[in-house]
Formats: sequence, C-alpha cells, structure tokens
Amino acid sequence: MFSLEKLVSIIQAWLQSTLRDPWAYVVVCVMVGVAAIALFAILGLMLVYMERKVAAHMQIRLGPNRVGPMGLFQTTADTLKLVMKEGLTPDGADKFLFNLAPFMVMIAAMLILAPIAFAKNFQIWDISIGVLYVAAVSSVAVIGILMAGWSSNNKYSLLGAMRSAAQIVSYELSAGLSILAIVILSGSLKISDIINSQADGWWIIKGHIPVIIAFIVFIIAVTAETNRAPFDLAEAESELTAGFHTEYSGMKFALFFLAEYINIFIGCAIGATIFLGGWMPFHIGNWEAFNHVMDFIPSSLWFIGKTVFLIFLIMWFRWTFPRLRVDQLLNLEWKYLLPISMVNLLVVTLMAIMGWHL
Amino acid sequence: MLEELGTNDQGDMIINVGPQHPSTHGVLHLVITLHGETVKKVEPHLGYIHRSIEKMSESLSYRQFSYVTSRMDYLSSHINNHACALAVEKGLQLEIPGRAQYIRVILDELTRIASHQLWWGALAMDLGAFTPFFYSFREREMINEVMEETCGARLTMNYIVPGGVMFDLHPDFQKKVKIFLAEFKSKIHEYNELVTGNIIFQNRTKGVGYISKENAISYGMTGPSGRGSGFKCDVRKLHPYELYDQLKFEEITEEGGDAFARYMVRIREMEQSMNIIEQLIDNIPEGDFQAKTKAVLKLPKGDFYSRVETARGELGVYIVSEGGTTPYRIKYRSPGFSNLSALNDLAVGGKLGDLMATMGTLDLVIPDIDR
Amino acid sequence: MFLKEYFKTVYQTISSLLTGMRLTGYYFTHTKEIITQQYPETKPVLADRFRGEVIMPHNETNEHRCTGCTACELACPNGTIKIVTKNEINAEGKKKKAIDTFVYRLELCTMCNLCVQACPSDAIIMSNAFEHSVYDRRLLTKVLNKPGSKIMEGVE
Repeated sequence: MFSLEKLVSIIQAWLQSTLRDPWAYVVVCVMVGVAAIALFAILGLMLVYMERKVAAHMQIRLGPNRVGPMGLFQTTADTLKLVMKEGLTPDGADKFLFNLAPFMVMIAAMLILAPIAFAKNFQIWDISIGVLYVAAVSSVAVIGILMAGWSSNNKYSLLGAMRSAAQIVSYELSAGLSILAIVILSGSLKISDIINSQADGWWIIKGHIPVIIAFIVFIIAVTAETNRAPFDLAEAESELTAGFHTEYSGMKFALFFLAEYINIFIGCAIGATIFLGGWMPFHIGNWEAFNHVMDFIPSSLWFIGKTVFLIFLIMWFRWTFPRLRVDQLLNLEWKYLLPISMVNLLVVTLMAIMGWHL
Repeated sequence: MLEELGTNDQGDMIINVGPQHPSTHGVLHLVITLHGETVKKVEPHLGYIHRSIEKMSESLSYRQFSYVTSRMDYLSSHINNHACALAVEKGLQLEIPGRAQYIRVILDELTRIASHQLWWGALAMDLGAFTPFFYSFREREMINEVMEETCGARLTMNYIVPGGVMFDLHPDFQKKVKIFLAEFKSKIHEYNELVTGNIIFQNRTKGVGYISKENAISYGMTGPSGRGSGFKCDVRKLHPYELYDQLKFEEITEEGGDAFARYMVRIREMEQSMNIIEQLIDNIPEGDFQAKTKAVLKLPKGDFYSRVETARGELGVYIVSEGGTTPYRIKYRSPGFSNLSALNDLAVGGKLGDLMATMGTLDLVIPDIDR
Repeated sequence: MFLKEYFKTVYQTISSLLTGMRLTGYYFTHTKEIITQQYPETKPVLADRFRGEVIMPHNETNEHRCTGCTACELACPNGTIKIVTKNEINAEGKKKKAIDTFVYRLELCTMCNLCVQACPSDAIIMSNAFEHSVYDRRLLTKVLNKPGSKIMEGVE
C-alpha cells in the first residue's frame, strides 16, 4: 500500500547513512522547501482549473476545454502568459512596498503550511501550539494586502485594502472561537493530537450539534478570511474594479492570485483536520470489515478528499451568492457569528466537562 | 491642488467611476465624492460616447434615420424603431395594416422581456453574483433566435419601418414564440430562487436608493424606475398606441421606491409582457405587413411627436419637418437621461456598494443617455 | 420575543441561501443542461434572413442583375455603396449604361437592409456570412461584381 510515511522514512534513513549530521539536515530543509514550492505551484494550477470548471458547470458552460485534454493545461498556459507580461509599477507608487506586498502575502500563506498534516506522520513541523500558530500567522496576510493597497497610490486599491483589513481582523475572531471549540474537546493545541483524538470518530460526528454549528461558523469565517465571494469586498469587481490588486500586473498579480488559492487550500485543510479528522479514515463503531476497507485507502487520499470537498463547498458559495455590503459584512460577524460562536463555546465547554462527547 | 490629489477640503475622497468600469454597463463617467465608504455626491459626466445621432439624422431621409435609433437603447431597438415609425406615420397619416400592428406589438413585448432578462443578469453581476447572468442569457437566446429568423438581426433590427414592418413573419414565428413562453414560464421560478428570495440580495436592495413619488415625478423618471415609486407612467396605458388600448394587461407599480421595488416591477412586468404576447400570438390577422408607401417619403410642414414605452421608460421622438425629404430637426426624449438625473438623489447617503445596486436597478443604457 | 425574531432571521437566511445553492448544485450535477456551442467545430445554424453582408449573386454564365441605377447608393445611410458606371455598346450598336465597379465597404455597413429593399431589379441580397475578420482593413472594401461579368439579359 502506498504511504507517504514510508517514503519519508526511507529518504531519511538514506540521507543519514550517506551524509554527516548537519548536512543531512540541510538537505532535508532544501528538499522540504522545494517540495513546498512545487506543491504551491501545483495546487495553484489545479485549484484555478477546478474553480473554472466548477464555475462553468454551475453556469451551464463547459469551461476550459481547448488547451490539453479537457483543458487541463489552460492554467499552465495562463501562468506562462502572466510570467511573460511586464510587471508595471505605477508612477506615484511607493516602489519598495509595492514590490514587497505580493511576497508578504505569499510568505504568510507559505508559513501556515508548516503544521498541516498531509498524511499519517507526514508533517513538516508538528509544533506543540499548532492551532495557535495557524491562527496567528493567517492574520499576517492582511499586512501584505494593506501594503499593496496603500502603496499602489490608487483610491480603489486603498478602499479595497481597508475593507479587507476590517474584514480579516473581525472574522479572525469567530474562526478562532470555532477552532477553540475543538481544542477544548480534544484537549490539545497540537495538530497531531487533535487528529489522533478523532480516531474513534470525527469531531463533526461525535461532537453533536455544537460542533456542527462551530463548523458552519468556521466555513463562513474561512470564506471571509480568504476574501472569497460572497465576502470578496476587498476586490469587489463591480465596485472597486479589482480592489487591492488593481495596479498589479504580470507575475506580481499572479502571486496575489496564487496566494488566494493557497489560502483557500490552507483554510480548508485546517477545517478538514480539525472537524473532519484530517487523514483519519471514516470508521463506523464495530463494523470491522467496513473499517478495514476504509483503512486500506491511503491516509493522504483521505486528507486530500476532505480538503477538496471543503474547497468545493466554498466555490459553490462563490458561484451562487451575491456579495454583501461592507456594513452588512461586519453586522454578520459582530451581531450573528460572534455571539453564536461564543454561546456555542460555552456549550462545548459544558459538553467537555460533562463528558457528553464520548 | 486638493482637487488634483483627489480629495476636497473636508478630506473626502473623489473617485472617478468610469468611463471604463465594470459596473457602469458601458462608458458612463461618474465622479463620486466618498466619505469613507459613504457616498456624499454623485456627478455624472456625459459625452464619452456622444455620437451626435440627432444631428446626424437631419441629413438622413425618413426611411434612413430610424436605423440609427437601434444604436441608442440597443436593448430595446425594436421599440425605438417603432417610435420613429409612429412619428413618420403620424406625418404621412398612414393607416397601418392590422397584421403589421400585431407583429409590432408582439415584437415590442418580446424585446421588453429580452431587455429585462439581460438587466436581471447584469444587476446580479453588479451585486457580485455571476451565475444568474448565464441563466438569463440562456432564455434571452431563445428570443434572439426568434428575432434572427424574422428580422434578420439579433440586436440592431431595423425591422419596423414607416408603413409597417420590413418582411412578413417567418413561418415558424408563432411556434417558436410559444415554445419560448412555455420554457420561460417553467424557468422563471429559478430567477426567484436564485436572486429574488436570496437574503443577501434582499438586504442589498431593500431600502437602498430610495426616491419618493413626488421626486420621481419631478425628475421625470419613467418606466419601471418611476413605477417603482408608485408613479403611474406607462405610456401604453396613458397614451395607447397600436393595439395597446384593446389589450388586457396590468400596469405594474410598487410603492416601495427603493431598489427592490424597481426590481420587482421589472420581474412582474416580464409576466405581463408574456400575458400580452399570449393574447396576440394566436390571433395575428392575415393581410399585408406593410402599407403602400412612396419610394421617397416626404413629411408635410409641421412637427410630429410620438411616444412609446421602451423597456426603460418613455421614449419620445419629436420631428420638425419643413416639407422636405429629410427632417429639419429631430429630438429624442430618452428615458435613460431623465432616470440618470435622479442618481445623485438616490445614491447620496448610501454606501459605495449601494451606488452599484441603485445604478443596476435604474437599468441605465449609456448610449441611450448620450446618444 | 427578541430571541425568537433573532433565530427566525437565522433560519430564513440559511434556508434562502440553501435554495440558491440547490439550484446551482442542480446545474452542476446535470451536465446535459450545458448550452455551450463550441464555435469553430460546430458552426451556428443561422436563419435564412440573417443579415451578414451584401452580396451580388451571379449566375453560372457570370451574369448579374445590376443595372447601375444607384438606388441602393441613395438608400444607404452610411455611404457604404459606391457605384461606378460606364457606357457600354451593346449588340445593336446602342450606347447603354452599365456598372463598371460596384464598391461595397463592409466596414461601414450596418446591415440595415435598406439597399436590398431599394433595389428594383433584385441585384443584391444579404448573405449569411458572418465571419468578417481580416488582418488588413483594406480587404473589407469589396467589389461585388465579378471581373468580366455582364448584366443578365432582360433586366432593365
């Protein structure tokens, strides 16, 4: 059976036998870096393709179908085009910040990748405060967006950036609170512990209604934090042309574009890890045969499958709903999501104390 | 100096929306003053696509000038042509054959439905939902095919000519229109499911872009935009032309005066238009489709005015004739221009997002405003 | 009471959103509803009356019906048509007006059909051709009468 865990241990054993200790670490670091960048590129290409196909089918269209089989190379061709385009910097722009901003957004997205468990024992860094780390780093992206908006010297960009800041900062709260519900139930901030606590059932199943509410709040918050429709106020096309990246072109624009999709992936990966058990297969109580079949599916596939399902859900939102207005967006957070998730947190705490979730 | 920096002395931001902007549906140029997200002033600047249609028409003959009006409000080009034909016929005192009248009214109403369908999709797009656009175009395509078969064009028809219509109906016309009506009736619930009932949409439009009936009248807002404020201004009822006095249909008005009321007027108007077509489609009389006219039309000295209800409101065509083969002066009273004049009143005090909802429900077609 | 209202709003919000999602979900899963036409492979079926460009039909012996009366030139609102005439000596030795070149400028044409309506001898018609893109705009100025063509017998 294919397993990423075995692959990693084979590579590690081989490195340690051929190289001396510090060099083995260096090689591992380089390999992880290359793998992460490659993953980003592939994820970006596949998610853009997926988005276009999902959008097309919802809109009774075919979507990309000319470049390569079923249009699979369409996004590759688009990327090539973007790479070859000139990266313009507007005259009145703050050139340093303007050029730095896309990298800030990208780096923030890359940092969150570290604690995500892609498969059983396949994790870059199993930090003991994993969930806290994710919550902290994910708000760094807003700095990049603000930078882009401010330095573009464009009023549309500025408006978009300000909207985005207000939005990300406020939705961070309910995202954090809904993650906290699971932290209370599993009793650990460590990603691997949270996953292991779901060995006998995913939290969304054994956590009853409060966890389902937390899950819904989390999905809404993730949609908002990644600036996706119906919360895409930061780039609201019909209002602000393209929002904070109005002035960007070429590869710098591509970085923003890529970061958006990476952020979706990461948000959904966190959601899948926390609520849907990460790489943990689906088990039903005492059905030994069924559970055995489920175990046979590689853990990486379980993880990818759950994440893609959540990504699809978010795309489904995007291609169905109109956009909220900026005051309604904040109303939704402060009047509905935050009180609901706070009450929910109380219920979850009660549940954890009484041991109802077991 | 402050103007150059794009701010005024109160620290408000001055932004150019357009001429190239995704939600101005063409090339409308608005200069808006923003206080944070709140709109303080909206100033439309016209002239970006002024093509001098009125002046141009002075050198065109009475047969030629109406084709240009297809390019004014391009979404109701039939109705524009109709208005021109009516004005010329008034001057010539022509009697139009019954068949031509039926054809004209049916095509007018089909145009109205097609225009409202496109508006529905475009409004949803203004509010950030892309999918409705494609659903509305699917049904609109059926109308376009009917038009293509009978009129030979899909957008700029030039089918209604002085004296009648250019060709007879296509043999498949009645069948195809009936298919469309059945299909559209079975699909209109999707419009309500996807947009009308959607809570986000309702929040975006209810109470947004309010204008009272008195103000709507004083700005001369007509069409669905005026009727959304309860102003009964349907030319088809007030000054019936062609067959409209014999038809049974309801003049849709809503009392809300906000964007949602204007939205509902258009949605309900589509149903009324289908109702009108159903009354006519089976009863098209046989006979000529065009009255006998001379090769060169000459209007007697005098002035002639005709008014019709386009998809956007009242279109007036005013022709001054000196007795020659070309008009001495032509003036169009276009609905979009008057409706746009109210935009400042509608949008001030709202958020930037409300401005788009307001513009979307006014259903502006920029070539109609600029001509 | 307040709480009841609050939860009612929450319920209505969620149900209205789910209604919309059901519709898009329906179209996502029902691929037979797709209406895309893949243009260069499947050519659109155009109606007979579709007005694409003005052409002058010639019969198999390279004859057309145009007398050069310039009615179409006068009817055209845009100056799309320009007819250059010449005097031809026919079989009986009489001088007769005939067309030399019938210039049609597609880039000015609005397909209003007024020229076709004006023509007394049905010499020009509207064709269905709609693929007008060219790399050089000079190619859009066309001469409609073919080289060496003559007027058909019996057309006055």
